[in-house]
Amino acid sequence: MTPVLEVRNITKRFPGVLANDDVSFTLEPGEIHAFLGENGAGKSTLMNILYGLYAPDQGQILVRGKEVTIHGPNDAIHLGLGMVHQHFMLVPTLTVAENVTLGTEITRGMLLDAKQANIRIRELSQQYGLEVPPDALVQDLPVGVQQRAEIIKALYRGAEFLILDEPTAVLTPQEADDLFVVIEALRKQGKSIIFISHKLREVLAIADRITVLRRGKVVGTVLPQTSTESSLASMMVGRDVILTVPKGPANLREEVLRIDHLRVLDDRKALVVDNLSLSVRAGEVLGIAGVQGNGQTELVEAITGLRPLAAGHVELLGKNLTSASPRAIIEAGTAHVPEDRHRHGLVLSYTIADNLVLSTYYLEPYAHGLVTDEAAIIERAESLVEEFDVRTSSATAIASTLSGGNQQKVVIAREFSRPIKLLIAAQPTRGIDVGSIEFIHRGIIRQRDEGVAVLLVSAELDEILALADRIAVMFKGKIIATIPAEEATREGIGLLMAGITTEQSNEAMKQ
Amino acid sequence: MSSTPQATAPNTPPARSARLKIDVGQLLIELLVPLLAIFTALVIGAIIIVATGASVVSAYSGLFRGALGTPAAIANTLVEATPYIFAGLAVALGFKCGLFNIGAEGQLAMGAFSAAVVGAAFENLPMIIHLPLAILAGFAGGAIWGGIAGFLRARTGAHEVITTIMLNYVAIRLTDYLIKGPFKDPAASAPRTRFISPNAQLPYLFGEDYRLHAGFIIAIVVAFFIWWLLNKTTIGFEIRTVGANPDAAQYAGISITRNFILAMALSGGLAGLAGGATVLGLEHNLKASFSAGYGFDSIAIALLAQSNPIGIIPAAIFWGALRNGAGLMQLESGISINLINIVQALVIVFVAADQIVRWMYRIKAKRSGQAVFTRGWGG
Repeated sequence: MTPVLEVRNITKRFPGVLANDDVSFTLEPGEIHAFLGENGAGKSTLMNILYGLYAPDQGQILVRGKEVTIHGPNDAIHLGLGMVHQHFMLVPTLTVAENVTLGTEITRGMLLDAKQANIRIRELSQQYGLEVPPDALVQDLPVGVQQRAEIIKALYRGAEFLILDEPTAVLTPQEADDLFVVIEALRKQGKSIIFISHKLREVLAIADRITVLRRGKVVGTVLPQTSTESSLASMMVGRDVILTVPKGPANLREEVLRIDHLRVLDDRKALVVDNLSLSVRAGEVLGIAGVQGNGQTELVEAITGLRPLAAGHVELLGKNLTSASPRAIIEAGTAHVPEDRHRHGLVLSYTIADNLVLSTYYLEPYAHGLVTDEAAIIERAESLVEEFDVRTSSATAIASTLSGGNQQKVVIAREFSRPIKLLIAAQPTRGIDVGSIEFIHRGIIRQRDEGVAVLLVSAELDEILALADRIAVMFKGKIIATIPAEEATREGIGLLMAGITTEQSNEAMKQ
Repeated sequence: MSSTPQATAPNTPPARSARLKIDVGQLLIELLVPLLAIFTALVIGAIIIVATGASVVSAYSGLFRGALGTPAAIANTLVEATPYIFAGLAVALGFKCGLFNIGAEGQLAMGAFSAAVVGAAFENLPMIIHLPLAILAGFAGGAIWGGIAGFLRARTGAHEVITTIMLNYVAIRLTDYLIKGPFKDPAASAPRTRFISPNAQLPYLFGEDYRLHAGFIIAIVVAFFIWWLLNKTTIGFEIRTVGANPDAAQYAGISITRNFILAMALSGGLAGLAGGATVLGLEHNLKASFSAGYGFDSIAIALLAQSNPIGIIPAAIFWGALRNGAGLMQLESGISINLINIVQALVIVFVAADQIVRWMYRIKAKRSGQAVFTRGWGG
């Protein structure tokens, strides 16, 4: 059978980087073809080429056996390609139907024919099991439903094959399961799907074939039946990877962080942390699980002094730090690995050395009075670069020239190298390579074993399960349950992440 | 684990040689765009001269000799450059903190007025006290004016571009009123302040024949001081961090509000010194409507120097030379002085839109994340 899509020897160069190097693959009718690769492996470049956003330097694209040139998204849509971006391209203040028909509205004279559109959307809904309320405003819908609306939008435009870019990143495990049912239905009806992910388990569960990319090249295309998580990870990284974090039982000591009845508002003045209380003791990792956007970001910002509190009390080792300045909180012994390393964690135009003293530049030995000591700063940086395995040509290289994983190691090196009592790590491994993840996870456990209280916030359930001693699930600004790690199951936490409380989830698990 | 080099960024520059000493190659790269911008602007200026039917050779030789042809011409160029150095530093310092100080004009007027008042306030104060006091008054006048804008930005979020423009009008009208009213020299017919005491005058460097005064030396020293302050002190580290990434600065415990106020006050103070030096070194009094666009030219100079305090010195001298040489150019070739404004404008266009110059001369794009002047209007 002719492949729906065939890519032959695609090469794309950016200044200094070979983003795609002689990439070839085929997508068969009714196939789910997964693409695995670390950030920067070239997945996004490849998909952007298919969607007409970049022109390849070399190579051919064939759709149903015919060579095509794709000049832009309109060409791509015309050829039957549908793209579901990781960040949805929906207008929140419009209804699902309006979003789906946007740009291809059915009109009667000057007026929109909403009825026709709704009928068509209902047909698609039924055909593929994609339940969406056509008249609901997108902003009122859960993320999983918004994603279904995106898929319907692509199908409405006549997509024959779909690219799903990291579709599960924003979903709860249950929502992800629902998505897989939809994907299965699409496949049964003859649609082909390119599924981009870095979650090995998912890829193994759903794909017909898996293509692994590393540094722009296709490392290989394998079948899930003959692969394991660790074999795929090795292909991605290019060496053996240990996926589990070795970790002994927690040696609990005194209470370090205590938060009582905390309320925090977001930028739009909506209450996003709602009467939250928690406590972290020295020597343990408290993991905060939850789907992104349930107040975790604001919680961390409030504890670290970056966001004002609406109400509540924060205490570090008995010292009242409610509404204290970031500096006072840092000096009290708090380390913070921020969620967004480009926004908060680093000054990208600074050298690695300057970034390493970002919060200690005014202290001896880096400054004597008001005068900074460049030699001492660089000397310190060189030893930290060595110790934390930052891959760079020099400690005075500009931070923006580092890869994401190495940038994060700079942040980790700065925060871990101070004498600290409390470590707040928010999404510490987001968007970085497997090798760096391994390194950072071990570092967090080492801090715990040295008696630091660790508050870990992560949207990756695997990360929480691997590191945490206790797991608190955050939903709509509240901690709805706190479970010892040994009692936690993926399914149980997943249900809690969707807001289903313990009793309900217990019942669900019995079934 | 360290044996696998896979995570190294592909284009990491070899920066080890930059340790503690100036990297000559890097310096040349940084100078390249401004120099080519000047060159291109002069070439386009030449095309305009030809288009108007005049001689390029006589125009540019007139410009050159007028600016640098004789010792007196050189001295005058440096005299012209002196306030440009101070005011250029003022704008550059603001840029380093992510602030766009459009208010050098008003801060300069306040500095000039303060210096003129203090300079004339005492008859017999020894020079060693009176002159520093008058200079300090110039700094303070500008610093207060700039500090107001910094305070408004830090406390209320009012954008400094708006407030400094407004404060310009206030300063210019206010000094105008004070010069024509309470502080008018009763002995003078035209509105001006009293002459300052000889003990408050900046001495001439080469006698009275050349107008070059000690203010030029102070300007050079201050430029190096600002470079040192920005790059070698914790104060400068804070200012630069707030300018480069205010979110990261806040995260690291650096107070954004404090640095906004400090940077605007320092910036205003430097602009005030531009006015003070001109009063104390050159005019020896302050006339109504004294400043002639120094405040706005200073933005151009800061851009040309890419906000490097040391770079401000040659950029300001270039600006002074164009201004000083324009007269002889007009005399010799009949070209309007306005040509100089065109050349100045073109230099700024090419420096600000450096992609044009990079494209014309096939220079590779600079490393990402460098040379951020300011973060636009919304931030």
